[in-house]
Amino acid sequence: MTTLRTSTVSWRVRPRAVALTLTGLVLLALLMALDMRIGEIEMTLPEVLTGTFDVNSAAHFVIMELRLPRALTGALVGAALALSGAIIQSIARNPLASPEILGVTTGASVTVVAGLVLSGSAYGTVSGLLATLGVPALALLGGLLGAAIVYGLAWRRGLDGYRLVLVGIGVAAVFTNVKFWLLTVGDINDTARAMVWISGSLNGRGWEHVVPTALALAVLVPLTLLGTRSLDALRFGDDTVTALGVRVNPARALLILAAVLLAAVATASAGPIAFVALASPQIALRLVRSGRPPLLCSAVVGAVLTTAADLIARTVFSPVELPVGIVTAVLGAPYLIHLIWRSRK
Amino acid sequence: MSATAVAPRPHGLRRRRLTVLLALLAAVAVAVVLSVTIGSKSVPLADAWHALTAPTGTENDIVIRSLRLPRTALGILAGLALGVAGALMQGHTRNPLADPGLLGVTQGAAFAMVSSIILLGASSLLTSIWYGLAGALVASVAVFALGMAGGRGGPTPVTLALAGTAVSALLYALTSTIVLLDEQAMDVFRFWQAGSIASRGADVAWQVLPFVLAGLVLAVANAPGLNALSLGEDVARGLGQNVSRTRAVGVAAVTLLSGAAVAACGSLAFVGLIVPHLARPLSGTDHRWLLPFSGLIGAALLLVADVVGRVVAPPGELEVGVVLALLGAPFFVALVRRRKPVRL
Repeated sequence: MTTLRTSTVSWRVRPRAVALTLTGLVLLALLMALDMRIGEIEMTLPEVLTGTFDVNSAAHFVIMELRLPRALTGALVGAALALSGAIIQSIARNPLASPEILGVTTGASVTVVAGLVLSGSAYGTVSGLLATLGVPALALLGGLLGAAIVYGLAWRRGLDGYRLVLVGIGVAAVFTNVKFWLLTVGDINDTARAMVWISGSLNGRGWEHVVPTALALAVLVPLTLLGTRSLDALRFGDDTVTALGVRVNPARALLILAAVLLAAVATASAGPIAFVALASPQIALRLVRSGRPPLLCSAVVGAVLTTAADLIARTVFSPVELPVGIVTAVLGAPYLIHLIWRSRK
Repeated sequence: MSATAVAPRPHGLRRRRLTVLLALLAAVAVAVVLSVTIGSKSVPLADAWHALTAPTGTENDIVIRSLRLPRTALGILAGLALGVAGALMQGHTRNPLADPGLLGVTQGAAFAMVSSIILLGASSLLTSIWYGLAGALVASVAVFALGMAGGRGGPTPVTLALAGTAVSALLYALTSTIVLLDEQAMDVFRFWQAGSIASRGADVAWQVLPFVLAGLVLAVANAPGLNALSLGEDVARGLGQNVSRTRAVGVAAVTLLSGAAVAACGSLAFVGLIVPHLARPLSGTDHRWLLPFSGLIGAALLLVADVVGRVVAPPGELEVGVVLALLGAPFFVALVRRRKPVRL
């Protein structure tokens, strides 16, 4: 453990966390380079490199307009969800907590499924405005609304972590079952389309999905890192924390707001990729061997997991593409199981 | 916790709990009457009695005996099973977010059923109930083995919960893959997912009955050990508990109970999640009382929700799982807000 000090603030740095974060970033870069090569037009790595910088080549269009934005969306969304999960798991002090209990992903699922099923035509895909703008807007709206409901109901002279979890369960249950019901009401084709969305998919994601997620991360990551000290303190329970001199409620409210926004933006871009938010912090926690999920490292794990999953989702059943959210579970679950298995001593 | 707050005499506490127990039994009885008499064709109480005691083959007799009774029986069984399983699960993991599905039971059943549709050409839910049950058993054994390996000398709450989540997520992903590739499987799956006790014949109730009974016996046997475990594993060991065996019995009970319920009625895990939180303020943390209270509340809640589902959207019906969430969850949230939650 090393400590960074300026005149007023000091910062603890874990060498193991830093090393793992850097390794993760290198791995992420490699995966994304691989991702650029594979697709309907196969390319070699040199071709990818020349294509990226040669504006006039055909490869340039494929990479810059199709593959890169998709890969970036995946990495950013994965990072945002994982970071959101790490915050929530730290605050709730519960390894099973995820943005789901804040009402974000479930709220988004309800509004989007309702949009797809109730407005859907039985023929073809959702088209026009609904597809490009409507679904992300609906998801953002539903996610924020869901979080507002959970937060409003859980607030009672302060915010108790345990009560937040219980209220979250209740609200998420309502949303989930409304979603199930909507799926039984609709035409089977709309249901199938809605199923793809609620599994989380990166299919056809472009720069319009990259930019908002990147902006959200750029603003929220530094904010969250500032809150690290509060998170460390919050582990000890409200009474101890108050005695330690941390203003519990403002700190927690800000961190929760950050988690909500991260999850909402990510869900709007790629749908609720549930398992990333739950598993990445737990994987990072076990790799770093720290007391609570490490934030940056969780984000990197989330990005790597999502990117690797999308690589597999695009290639395994090609030309049929699986929703990335399904593959993240197939990839992440065994790894988490392996880590649990290894930790026996 | 609530018991120690004002330190009531043990005698008074016992009487209060017995009163609550009787009240809950009465609630289940009322729910049964409602479930038998109310529906798209409402049957007078006298006719219902007639159908039960001396059926002569009138229309009402047939409605009651072939539709309402099996449905009600299944509702009671599933409600009991899920309520008790939920309380056991939360007790063993000491986690308020734990539901019986956490052992992988729900997703194991779903995966087995959907696979049976694809691979064996089973065409409906009801022929695949055995597959569902088998899937639930296999999944939970896998989760328990993993949790066992993850902890020292027995599964710890966190490893058990995480192993269950990981296995569930994996199975859900596989199920989703099948469902997305096969339209018929999707059609069955979406109704299974919403959860229902309607249009299953009496044979389904008979099929799950032995599993539920066996699960209840194990649950009763598990209650004292679970009380000791809630003091912490070390204390429990100091008190002479065999922690691994207590956990194994608990997991077996949860598997039998929720496996049977889930295979027959679809995904109703919400009952197991919410009902223990409703029961805990009434019973305190003593599992010998918490388990029966949870079971009875589960049964009453499931039946009432089913009745509501029959009447709210005529001429159709709303799936009981949906009604349960819409009815139960706001009630639950109000309860959580009103009083300090009884912690695990």
